Amino acid sequence: MNSRDLILGRVRRALADVPRDDTPYDQAVDRDYLREHGNLGVEETVELLAENLADYRAIVHRCTDAELPAQLAGMLAAHGSTSVVVPPGLPPAWLSAADITRVEDRAESTVYDLDEVDSVVTACALAIAETGTIVLDGGPDQGRRRITLVPDHHICVVRVPDQVVSSVPQAFELLDPARVLTWISGPSATSDIELDRVEGVHGPRTLEVVLVSGDGRA
Amino acid sequence: MSGGTFVGMPAFPEAAHEAVSNKTLRANLRHATHTIRGKRAKAVAEMSDWAQLREAGKRIKDHTLRHLDRYLVQLEESVTAAGGVVHWAADADEANQIVIDLVRMTGESEVVKVKSMATQEIGLNEALEAEGIAAYETDLAELIVQLGKDRPSHILVPAIHRNRGEIRDIFTREMSEWGRPAPEGLTDTPAELAEAARLHLREKFLRAKVGVSGANFMVAETGTLVVVESEGNGRMCLTLPETLISVVGIEKIVPTWQDLEVFLQTLPRSSTAERMNPYTSTWTGTTDGDGPQTFHLVLIDNGRTDTLADEVGRQALRCIRCSACLNVCPVYERAGGHAYGSVYPGPIGAILSPQLRGTASEIDASLPYASSLCGACYEVCPVAIDIPEVLVHLRERVVQGGPATREGNKVVLKPAKGHAAERAAMRAARWAFGHPGALRTGQRLASRTRRFHPRTLPGPGRAWSGTRDLPAVPAEPFRDWWQRTHGGKDTTK
Ligand code: SF4
Repeated sequence: MNSRDLILGRVRRALADVPRDDTPYDQAVDRDYLREHGNLGVEETVELLAENLADYRAIVHRCTDAELPAQLAGMLAAHGSTSVVVPPGLPPAWLSAADITRVEDRAESTVYDLDEVDSVVTACALAIAETGTIVLDGGPDQGRRRITLVPDHHICVVRVPDQVVSSVPQAFELLDPARVLTWISGPSATSDIELDRVEGVHGPRTLEVVLVSGDGRA
Repeated sequence: MSGGTFVGMPAFPEAAHEAVSNKTLRANLRHATHTIRGKRAKAVAEMSDWAQLREAGKRIKDHTLRHLDRYLVQLEESVTAAGGVVHWAADADEANQIVIDLVRMTGESEVVKVKSMATQEIGLNEALEAEGIAAYETDLAELIVQLGKDRPSHILVPAIHRNRGEIRDIFTREMSEWGRPAPEGLTDTPAELAEAARLHLREKFLRAKVGVSGANFMVAETGTLVVVESEGNGRMCLTLPETLISVVGIEKIVPTWQDLEVFLQTLPRSSTAERMNPYTSTWTGTTDGDGPQTFHLVLIDNGRTDTLADEVGRQALRCIRCSACLNVCPVYERAGGHAYGSVYPGPIGAILSPQLRGTASEIDASLPYASSLCGACYEVCPVAIDIPEVLVHLRERVVQGGPATREGNKVVLKPAKGHAAERAAMRAARWAFGHPGALRTGQRLASRTRRFHPRTLPGPGRAWSGTRDLPAVPAEPFRDWWQRTHGGKDTTK
């Protein structure tokens, strides 16, 4: 007997005492927990996102659409970056004001190439206010998972309020499991040494989030 | 079973006794468990629907377990449809052999690993090493443990027993043996130590062709795997190599994508006391151009179906390995993780290891006694595992023997005889009851679990407790009475 049949057989025998139960799954579990916590308005939800991001030591900035290119240029300069990875679908206007070497993430470029780059700028799929989380789903304006992992400085742009949800359950409603997802809450961190929190062991040590609001002209 | 048992490990009371006399260890543990405990309470208090989330988590897992055969088959189908390959391993040896063969097929002789209890349980690193394959642990704490030729002592913070000075010494001494040496003049500040680890490990991540991981969850409906972590070493292992091999216990399934909304709320808060852990990765089979293009899932049994066969004990399979129960356990706090002689320490280890491995060995027979039955572990458990209930059940099993399942076969266990079990039980019991405060810690729950508190200790403990009074558990503690009579909402099930 192969191990698959062996294990499945053992499972069935192990459950011999359990009465048959054909309740459909959507009725088997009470989901009387909350879809979101609290009753915040749109602006307050964005405010909560900003607070929680900052609480987990992401650096939060706010600007309008029109200000974004200058904002990003300023942030890259302030970080001392000389090169930036650009996902294939990042709106070209975003980096139009930055005087910096752009590195496209090509299929043939190696991780060693990425390791040489200072920063990466991406959009996101959505952000979760209650937990201070941004979620990337590999869309064209976010690129492959590795580009937000290897460089030491990640700038993530979140459109507010469109891309902001309140809670984890609301995020799951919108996200597609068929895509590869990366949930990011603050920069890489460890508390392994005497529980002292240290930012950045393997992922980016600096996470900056720009909350961009429409200014009516976009 | 290779690697499952710590060879030469003394039974719990002896090991605990040794640990208790180690001052540094106790101070580190105390600091750590109290810090996490306090933070966790705050993180949980933020959620007004915690009781409902806990109940939903419990129900989801129970439902999954009672239909586990169906969900395993569904998971296999969906992972395969998404481009992955599924393997089944009945025990540790088989799982190790599958991984060895898979690594060999790639032609590589090293792998990078993200911390995984399952691979520790089966002793994968040792098995790979015996075949000439180097397995690099990439979690900072695991690196400390691996370089220190040591064993993890906590699920979440495996190097909790080491202080910064010891870590500096280990890095300075050992890093050059494994790759990039520690920087000259390395000090013991956590930031510098973390930087040394970053440089040392990055070299390995960038050249690695094979990654090995576990998973926190697997979604039957979609074939999605989930890894929850903090440092980014998980993302490195899951993203950069060409081949990814995930080794996961069969109990880690949830039926649907939506189910994750429960556990991604309860796990981080119970575990690191954060609203959300820094990184969570989910992947479904393979994705063109992003991440490993070859994905293998190794599903392991290794005692899980035997555990499932136990009507009382099967609830241990709900465990999501958050480690909250360790941090509140007065016995764990004093004894430390190593005393449990398995990769699963603390209260969960005390019920899981004897079920996965059987109670034939002295250490496994003594584990059900490694508790004061104070109930604090049950109170914090995000999937409401009634650990005290299972402990009492397993004590009975050890003392009186009875029916059990081993490797799929029904067996009748003989009562543990001889001085070993008796001594184990006696010393553990005396030790636990002899610590004032140990019982008080979870007094609220203690009376809930009152029916599990023996008037006298069972079996070997009887002679001893016959001449001494066990601390009485009040019928209803004050706080319960207050809540009941003053309209306090009772949220504990
Ligand atoms: S038994 Fe419960 S509290 Fe303990 S690790 Fe498992 S899920 Fe967490």
